[in-house]
Amino acid sequence: METPLTQNIRDRQAPPDITAYTQSGGYRAVRATLGKVAPRDVISAVTESKLRGRGGAGFPTGVKWSLVPDPDAVPPPRYLVVNADEMEPGTFKDRLLLEGDPHQMIEAVIVAAYAIQADSAFIFLRGEYHLAERRLQQAITEATAHGYLGTNILGSGYNLSVQVHTSGGRYICGEETALLTALEGKRAVPRAKPPFPQLSGLWGRPTVVNNVETLCNIPHIINNGAAWFMDLGRGGDAGTKLYGASGHVRNPGAWELPMGTPLREILEEHAGGMQPGYELRAVLPGGASTSFLMADTLDVPMNFGAVEKLGSRLGTGAVIVMDQRTCPVGMVRNLEHFFAQESCGWCTPCRDGLPWIERLLAGLEDGDGESDDLAILEEHVGLLGPGRTFCAHAPGAMAPLASGLRYFRADFERHIHDKRCPWR
Amino acid sequence: MSTVEDRPRLTPDERSAIVALAHGHAQKRAVCIEALKYVQSRYRWVCDEHLREVAALLDMPRSELDGVATFYNLIFRRKVGQHVIFLCDSVSCWIMGREALCAHLGRRLGISPGQTTADGAYTLLPIVCLGHCDHAPAMLLDDALHGDLDAARLDKLLGIGEG
Repeated sequence: METPLTQNIRDRQAPPDITAYTQSGGYRAVRATLGKVAPRDVISAVTESKLRGRGGAGFPTGVKWSLVPDPDAVPPPRYLVVNADEMEPGTFKDRLLLEGDPHQMIEAVIVAAYAIQADSAFIFLRGEYHLAERRLQQAITEATAHGYLGTNILGSGYNLSVQVHTSGGRYICGEETALLTALEGKRAVPRAKPPFPQLSGLWGRPTVVNNVETLCNIPHIINNGAAWFMDLGRGGDAGTKLYGASGHVRNPGAWELPMGTPLREILEEHAGGMQPGYELRAVLPGGASTSFLMADTLDVPMNFGAVEKLGSRLGTGAVIVMDQRTCPVGMVRNLEHFFAQESCGWCTPCRDGLPWIERLLAGLEDGDGESDDLAILEEHVGLLGPGRTFCAHAPGAMAPLASGLRYFRADFERHIHDKRCPWR
Repeated sequence: MSTVEDRPRLTPDERSAIVALAHGHAQKRAVCIEALKYVQSRYRWVCDEHLREVAALLDMPRSELDGVATFYNLIFRRKVGQHVIFLCDSVSCWIMGREALCAHLGRRLGISPGQTTADGAYTLLPIVCLGHCDHAPAMLLDDALHGDLDAARLDKLLGIGEG
């Protein structure tokens, strides 16, 4: 089984420096591409590979790039921005890639920026990721010293500078337009789309925002071709995927597996099943903003389409396991507390609705639940759903709430009837 | 009542460092987070006077810079202790028992989340998912990430063992 993204990553070891990285085939994609392959042909290769965004939304990467206007039509500057603001609760895949193989990230940035003809790139990094920051800065210094960054890279005539921005810390910065607003030194409030960032992004210039894991695939696609990449996946979607598992499993962790690996295989073979005394009751398949999947759906292939058919989303592929000793109402309360706290406050349904939801759930947990609370919660699911708010933050928050109310109805009702949390 | 002389001022070197941050950026305000973090690295938090100075250096209205500063979890507009404990409060750590750890810390340090110990040594803050979910419960102690926490490990890391 091929694991291109993690082939250089060794647990608890320093990442490869530029010498080790180059010796293992690194920067080959840069050398083969810059000045040798037309940028639009790089985009075509990525489109053909059927790579889809790994940050949660799954948008086809090549299509995203192809919407950037030609440099003849819109002169520079233009920007590539790496979304390294990993903050989806339960998700720890991008940190692994950034800390474990920072040169892979830099090589990916160079090829992607070349493809869209950007002369400037930003890595928007989570402020809490201090080790990743140090390792990225080191990789940038080494890459610059070896002529992979700067002016006239490898004699190709192409120029690129890369800067790391460490965030002030807010979940909404992961939303690509909010991220751009943050990079401009403003409160990170999302922007209306259209215009899409490809036309009017950072400082109003053409900009592409891609997730860390998405971009890390690029050098491998360039080196090995679209057909090779598509063959890596099992079933519909191409490539590998970094899946994670957390909660009371025996062996929590993250693994690079073929896209479409069944959930059961991830949880039983890689995560080692449940710890003694714990039974799996449900999972969030791809972070906090995905809907619960119940124990009888574990055979679902973890790709975009199959998870969606079950009413949830692949999201980040970070599986959070809920066991029978965990109160579902308490878990949903924890999730909604997160969403309420991280709402940017721009639009009223999100700013006011989420704290109301959190208060109702806290009431249920504390034994103050009323008989009509569940109806009010369900009303919020509609009021904060898709199309009702400025961005996807509140609809994401409604995914675990709506599915929680549906699957754990009896547990919610018991909290009201017993006037206490049965798990406490 | 404070006089002008009492107020903290950025040193000339600090002011130059902030101006240098903005070099090469489309607009100076692009580096306002970097500038606030720089001030924090020197003074641990951003007081009103420093905020005013940074705003002037970056050609930003003070109110806008304060709007940015207060938007973010990692910019402190109040005094914090010598060390900041960011205890993850997101879902994986919650499932793995972070509430009990938080209560333990509260008893040991005599503070609630958001507070600083009387000796000014520690501030305890909740933080969104640290991306260390396979080693939950997790915390960031200043810049260092720690996982697989239990009460004993916490006490050891913080040097707050009994007796």
